[in-house]
Amino acid sequence: MIHSLHKSLRVLSTSAAFGLLLAAAPQAFAATPADTLVEGFAIDDIITIDPGEAFELSTAEITANCYSKLVMLDPADTSKVIGDLAASWTTSDDGLTYTFKLKPGLKFASGNPITAADVAYSFERAVKLDKSPAFLLTQFGLTGDNVAEKAKATDDTTFTFVVDKAYAPSFVLNVLTATVASVVDKKVVSEHAKKVTPSADYKYDNDFGNEWMKTGYAGSGPYKTMAWRANEAVIMEVNPNYYGEKPKLKRVIYRHMKESSGQRLALENGDIDVARNLEPGDLDAVQKKGVLLTSAPKGTVYYFSLNQKNKNLAKPEVVEAMKYLVDYDAIGATLIKGIGEIHQTFLPKGQLGALSDNPYKLDVAKAKELLAKAGLKDGFTVTMDVRNTQPVTGIAESVQQTLAQAGIKLEIIPGDGKQTLTKFRARTHDIYIGQWGSDYFDPNSNAETFTVNPDNSDEGKSKTLAWRNGWDVPKELSDASKGALLEKDSAKRAAIYEDLQKKVLATSPFVIVFQQTEVAGYSPKLKNFKLGPSFDTNFVYPVSKD
Amino acid sequence: MAVLRFFVTAATTFLGLLAVTFFIGRVVPIDPALAIVGDRAPAHVVERVREQLGLNLPLYEQFWIYLKQALSGDFGTSVLTTNPVMADIARVFPATIELATIGTIIGALLGVPLGVLAAVKRGSIADQIVRVIGLIGYSVPIFWLGLLALVLFYAKLNWVAYPGRIDIVYEYTFTPITGFYLLDAIWQGQWDVFWDLFRHIILPGGLLGYFSLAYISRMTRSFMLNELSQEYVVAARAKGLSETRIIWFHALRNAAVPLVTVIALSYAGLLEGSVLTETIFSWPGLGLYITNSLQNADMNAVLGGTIAIGVVFVSINLFSDLLYRTLDPRTRSR
Repeated sequence: MIHSLHKSLRVLSTSAAFGLLLAAAPQAFAATPADTLVEGFAIDDIITIDPGEAFELSTAEITANCYSKLVMLDPADTSKVIGDLAASWTTSDDGLTYTFKLKPGLKFASGNPITAADVAYSFERAVKLDKSPAFLLTQFGLTGDNVAEKAKATDDTTFTFVVDKAYAPSFVLNVLTATVASVVDKKVVSEHAKKVTPSADYKYDNDFGNEWMKTGYAGSGPYKTMAWRANEAVIMEVNPNYYGEKPKLKRVIYRHMKESSGQRLALENGDIDVARNLEPGDLDAVQKKGVLLTSAPKGTVYYFSLNQKNKNLAKPEVVEAMKYLVDYDAIGATLIKGIGEIHQTFLPKGQLGALSDNPYKLDVAKAKELLAKAGLKDGFTVTMDVRNTQPVTGIAESVQQTLAQAGIKLEIIPGDGKQTLTKFRARTHDIYIGQWGSDYFDPNSNAETFTVNPDNSDEGKSKTLAWRNGWDVPKELSDASKGALLEKDSAKRAAIYEDLQKKVLATSPFVIVFQQTEVAGYSPKLKNFKLGPSFDTNFVYPVSKD
Repeated sequence: MAVLRFFVTAATTFLGLLAVTFFIGRVVPIDPALAIVGDRAPAHVVERVREQLGLNLPLYEQFWIYLKQALSGDFGTSVLTTNPVMADIARVFPATIELATIGTIIGALLGVPLGVLAAVKRGSIADQIVRVIGLIGYSVPIFWLGLLALVLFYAKLNWVAYPGRIDIVYEYTFTPITGFYLLDAIWQGQWDVFWDLFRHIILPGGLLGYFSLAYISRMTRSFMLNELSQEYVVAARAKGLSETRIIWFHALRNAAVPLVTVIALSYAGLLEGSVLTETIFSWPGLGLYITNSLQNADMNAVLGGTIAIGVVFVSINLFSDLLYRTLDPRTRSR
């Protein structure tokens, strides 16, 4: 028996030794290839990479690097617009017609020449597809029926665009820097267009290549998109036909990584060059290991909003008290350290007319006084829908504590993002905490959503944030907001927004807490890695590697 | 008759599975239209998509439509990947099978000898050690052990590769044929790719192996104890056969019959239950696919994935049943 056991022990020990041997085998050095930039990035918001359909933040970065537009934000000064494909442009005296002249000799990645007809086709398909971002163009009066007339090529290099009102030119041009205005290769896209049967919903006989474009590519940016695999990766390669300066690196890979801790590990081990979603704790840790950090304020504000359909929250004193019941200093110093800055007005820093007044501070006594005035001396109970992600969960807990000091009992209802959003859109929440990212880099985007609500009934068509919170916006505020849109003089336009922000800060049911700062940790091997001022200006083409 | 009964049972099981998953998917307070158009879509676009998806129809009508399509093999299109759900599953499932197979091989190759050892040396130090190993495997949650292993073997020692299945570098040079990457790499003679794949699979595979080892070794021990107390063992000893022969050829052979079921069930368990492991190790298999789809309210994909797991579970049960008959002649007549 002993003999046989020895035998089985021998088998066991041999396999154990074998296991150890494998484990101790020479390790391949973890390093990303010299000609490739690898970014760890939570890209699970991407649902399509068709610029005529996409409206997600991560997609904006992909399309910005792979498509060209007529005009783009000046990376040096985002209150200005510079030409991308367009060499120059003019506005007619009545402010309705914009004429763009294309740069000569432009080519798509496919090798096809870029003509004004491609620009017109790009506008046409975005309007006719009528997907999420189409309103950016249709707000200028474009419809499926008139788009061919209003946005057309007058010759190979001239594109004219006719709008329905004499808008501020800064507004029109800012909107044209958005992803939806990306120019697609008409020839390539048409080849992939699928026949469809026209219906009442959709009057056209083809899908303008939308199905193929969800994962396909037909652009002319510095890089071309080779592949997007949902929740896995986006792979881009140099576009040899790009008109501008050639990128230094041959390939860029965005690798989907959801967790901050995972990104930190991979960055420290050299498996990725850039970590894009580091949380405050991990930021500190990687910095100590020689990782470099870069940051840029983004056009996203975090707020919580008080549903005016709740009768306690509808009282003006309660609205004001809430603004005094947030510990802004503590939140700024800990929860959002490095990833945001306290900001209480609705326009993010960097946009025309943005104010950086932060008048509110935690003041429990003042809040109690206001609550007593509202007849709620003993407080009340209210719920808050919170999605399960940082920093909103942390902020919700902080607010829960400060509200308790004034006798308000806050019940946090945690949920998945889509769950809380579904409720918010149906206006069945009490308090909702979330973020608002500008749809396009112009003050009107935020001004409209925070201050315009033409029909406050449940059937209201215009589902702005004001509507979602049942806020019947005073006419004076809505009118100011609409007026600013038509103000040709940029300085006067800015002044209107400044005044509007002060009034909204004082009376609106929005408690705006901070503006997001995007921060990335990157390997010291990288040169010229920078984040842009908006999600569609996070350019990777200047990056090189040692 | 038995075959007919089997098919009736299987059909009922699948119908139930389909119905339960479908209704749970529809009562969760998430609007699937949002998954298609994204968080920032204007209201009229959301409404139009709801209309197209048939979400405004009564529930039973939606189920009927789904059932009819499912029966013709059409599980719809995944919102997230824009591919037909069945094509997606065919793409991700090999990754899960590969991982589960490695896990089961490790579990069986180590678990069975450990179990035999524990049974033979019952009450000894060796038995106690095997018991502790088993207990840890039973009771420690896999996500905790997985994270710990990652911190140790990846972050500190850098022995294994980053979570995932293959290094991005090889995504350009390596074209899988069957979807079972390890086999493909051997087939194509790409040894550097094979080494990279190995560095990726060893940690999650080893962990799953450890968990099935825990189960298999405990079961082997009890089966062996049972066999060793049988009279034929005493008879064999009286005949003067060597202990090695008695243990490995006589006792283990008889214990093998129920062991096959244990191993098959543990394999099935790994196939369906490696969701956590796949999430921690970013393993692009079925578990991760379902989790991602669930988070994105991609109900077609979730339903398709659940059905796929159901099919696998039922088939493995059937398969182990068949194996049973081959190994144990007595069960054939039944």
